[in-house]
Amino acid sequence: MNDSVTKTLGVAFVICLVCSLVVSFAAVNLRDLQKENATNNQSIKILQAAKIYDSSVDVKIQFSKLEMKYVDFNSGKILDSYENFVIEDYDQLKSTRNPNLSTSLSASEDIAIIKNRENVGKFFIVRNEDSSIDKLILPIRGYGLWGTLYGYMAIEEDFNTVAGLEFYDHKETPGLGAEVDNPKWKAMWPGKKIYENDEVKLAVMKGKVETDDANIDYKVDGLSGATLTSRGVTNMITYWFGESGYAKLFKELSYES
Amino acid sequence: MSLKKYKEVIFKPLIEENPITLQILGICSALAVTNNLSVTMVMCIALTTVVSFSNLFISLIRNYIPSSIRIIVQMTIIASLVIVVDELLKAYSYETSKKLSVFVGLIITNCIVMGRAEAFAMKEKPLLSFFDGLGNGLGYSIILIGVATIRELFGSGTLFGYEILPLVSNGGWYMGNNLLLLPPSSFIIIGLFIWAIRAYRPAQVEEDDFTVSKHSTAPDLTKRELNV
Repeated sequence: MNDSVTKTLGVAFVICLVCSLVVSFAAVNLRDLQKENATNNQSIKILQAAKIYDSSVDVKIQFSKLEMKYVDFNSGKILDSYENFVIEDYDQLKSTRNPNLSTSLSASEDIAIIKNRENVGKFFIVRNEDSSIDKLILPIRGYGLWGTLYGYMAIEEDFNTVAGLEFYDHKETPGLGAEVDNPKWKAMWPGKKIYENDEVKLAVMKGKVETDDANIDYKVDGLSGATLTSRGVTNMITYWFGESGYAKLFKELSYES
Repeated sequence: MSLKKYKEVIFKPLIEENPITLQILGICSALAVTNNLSVTMVMCIALTTVVSFSNLFISLIRNYIPSSIRIIVQMTIIASLVIVVDELLKAYSYETSKKLSVFVGLIITNCIVMGRAEAFAMKEKPLLSFFDGLGNGLGYSIILIGVATIRELFGSGTLFGYEILPLVSNGGWYMGNNLLLLPPSSFIIIGLFIWAIRAYRPAQVEEDDFTVSKHSTAPDLTKRELNV
């Protein structure tokens, strides 16, 4: 009898067991490859943010040419070493879960809704041939509609002009919020200015920016149908380029040069 | 089991009993993933694999499945296969898997997979079920590839990303049709496919469920109304 209670439970149990074994076997065996893909994807996004990615050259080679640096968010100072981490392995996102390595933000400070901000960040410097700074590539993140958007913003050597913006991970709605990946939208960012009198002014607007707008340098077209994602992007720029983000680093770098 | 039967289960779903154009199943992914041919191909391979193997495995254990939980058992097997396919895509075809995003996961709810499991694999032998799944997967693929070819060629002037019709925006002569880049256009294209297939095979045309009555004319004023 197929329909007895014992048989029903038994079949259900065996099916679940076999299926879960198959799924976990696949997941465990493919994890390394997937991780490598995700890392490569992130490296590509970092290079693309600064518009220096060349698809004909291996990503790892290009990425290894970038100069990696630590920044102490509290002082803006650039550190050469930090907590015995090897800089390649320092996982900025992981350290937000460690209370010793991060600061919990109060609601008024936490514009981008990231909860904890790591004390030390990792960023990248692209140098000119005469070793002066060409671009900085800075990690940013913030809450959109469904989850946190993780990305990189590259800025020019004046620490004010955007060179590019890329997101490598987000959970926004395909076709609406996920249009942050749309090349046409991303192409609007380079050349925009971030600060006016030391205040972050760059923002994603609602709707299209008029071509005769006096503040066109500080405004980017909103994503239609994705007001909350657009607002999230504005908030994350406001936060990360503010005092508790990279503003101190820029001052530090300006003194140096 | 004769060879003829195998041939029948593979070739019949291609045109004659096509899951999309005759049974109108699996439409949502046909709308969502067809604006780019290479993404469509991956989706087709993924769906064909899932439907073939889910048919095979369900058929293998069909005599042991208690009828009270048969849908759940089918879903569990289908879902596991889809997860495995999704993991494989993430490992070996990362870019495409990002473009397909949720749609691979949504194969679980694709009516074709469920429909074949319930209608065929629960009754027939494993190997035959496998080929039935293969046939239905290929029938789905034929329509999707057709739709994607039209959408990508006339929407963005490319095929598999290679430029065929140079767009005006890239300095060419072809003005891309933006409607074709949006999902509703596949509705129209699939509709045209259905029309073409049914014109060629009138046997597919369903009988009307009801006949439309003649338009009623103005009230007959010669009759005395009771309430007046």
